[in-house]
Amino acid sequence: MNYNWNWGIFWQAAPGGQGTYAQALLSGLMFTLAVGLLAWIMALILGSIVGTVRTTPSKWAVRIGNGYVELFRNIPLLVQMYMWYFVIPEFLPGPIGSYIKSMPNEPFVTAVICLGFFTSARVAEQVRAGINSLPRGQSMAGTAMGLTPTQTYMKVILPQAFRIIIPPMTSEFLNVIKNSSVALYIGVMELTAQARSMQEFSFQVFEAFSAATLLYVAINVIVLNLMRFIENRTRVPGLIAVGGAKIAGH
Amino acid sequence: MKSFDRIVLALLTLGIAAGVSGQELTGTLKKIKDTGTITIGYRDASIPFSYLDDSQKPIGYSMDLCYKIVDAVKAQLKLPDLKVALQPVTSATRIPLIANGTVDMECGSTTNNLERQQQVSFVVTTFVTANRLMSKAKNKIVNLEDLKGKTLVSTSGTSNLKQVTELNGTKNLGINIVAASDHPAAFQMVESDRAAAFAMDDILLYSLVAQSKNPADYYISTVQLSTEPYGIIVRKGDPDFKKVADGAITAVMKSGEINKIYAKWFLSPIPPKNGNLNVPMSDALKKVVANPTDSGDPASYK
Repeated sequence: MNYNWNWGIFWQAAPGGQGTYAQALLSGLMFTLAVGLLAWIMALILGSIVGTVRTTPSKWAVRIGNGYVELFRNIPLLVQMYMWYFVIPEFLPGPIGSYIKSMPNEPFVTAVICLGFFTSARVAEQVRAGINSLPRGQSMAGTAMGLTPTQTYMKVILPQAFRIIIPPMTSEFLNVIKNSSVALYIGVMELTAQARSMQEFSFQVFEAFSAATLLYVAINVIVLNLMRFIENRTRVPGLIAVGGAKIAGH
Repeated sequence: MKSFDRIVLALLTLGIAAGVSGQELTGTLKKIKDTGTITIGYRDASIPFSYLDDSQKPIGYSMDLCYKIVDAVKAQLKLPDLKVALQPVTSATRIPLIANGTVDMECGSTTNNLERQQQVSFVVTTFVTANRLMSKAKNKIVNLEDLKGKTLVSTSGTSNLKQVTELNGTKNLGINIVAASDHPAAFQMVESDRAAAFAMDDILLYSLVAQSKNPADYYISTVQLSTEPYGIIVRKGDPDFKKVADGAITAVMKSGEINKIYAKWFLSPIPPKNGNLNVPMSDALKKVVANPTDSGDPASYK
């Protein structure tokens, strides 16, 4: 290796006169968190609705839900990013299109929307799987007790399903943060973009990406612990054991 | 004692003889000699410096000059069968690949500056470009001052973006500066009226405009914001290889062959679309041709 290591590079002034390279990376980190968290909130809400709808008896609702999931799950994220940013504004009526295009933080908003829809399809799939993993007797028991279908979902099915899917949802949460790096292709200066720009200016490529890697690991460790905390706090004694017993041949 | 002197003398003579007949090879030259292969890093879409043609073969102005270096290495090492391996690189991979020895030289359109020279060495400058503004012809943006309150785009990680950001700050111009991921994306921002102007190396602007749907729609300002010398990158701390490379490029300039190569890429129709950039050689580049230099200081090109 013929490489001139320079870990002091982080304390040197980054071009643009807005502080050091370290500050540039931290500002990238903030954008990564902002895009990731907002997209995650959007994905949780949309994904929960679509996932639940896909388990209802209504054939048409199920079909629409399935179409939604396949649409957002089967197109590569990068292609979706380009579609939202470059294609969709051109198809909107003139004034709306130009208003959107002149918004100062348009890349950021577009990135959140795109990542939100993309991740919501994956969340919907988890929610559906969680609901379907419950024994059918649960909803029947709800009906037998005189609960309306909505009450059955709200009070019996969903509370159990959401507890079951916390581990796969942790993966999705980690994914949404990592996937936010795709936003750099539409000009969001998030963590990966800042690392790339740092290496282009200084040519200290290994230092730049080492720092970015460490920051991603740090965020993901926090997310992991947060989700573990939620899992422990919401645990209902005996609930998961019921699932275990079922596998063992009920 | 006498016999000892004789041995020393013999060894010295041998050493000098070896020095004359075949230098002790080190670094890249040794690696090339041992493997019989020289690896060129090329860019896939840096028109007309280094890009892929219809048959996915890398061609361009920098590639032609790199092949001159390959010829010089062949002659130096007496390796007529020297194989040339071609390795695609991006702006993110070129430094690691040069550093770990995968690529021996990068032939693209890389700006030579003092900051980057701490990491790699640049062969004699092969092109000089300038940071300029491109806008829609109907808006005709000449100066940065014309952009007050408007949006200016540049490509992320470029020295152009760095420069306009600094000027915007120091002169307090109030321009909204945004970064696009690559040159086509930045161009598209102007095309779709998201940005009023695009700050970039003029030669790249010319080639983007030449490839656009309607080249007459665009205007490139005459005001020059900076000077950007381009050079071929080689490993740092390898003076022997750099000497061969510098020698090859200098010879092309001194012999006047550079004019032919220049005309082929900048004044004639080029693949893939047979567009003609029609950019005559700048005075700054003419100066470099007369006095080849590998300086990374823009002031030495004025």
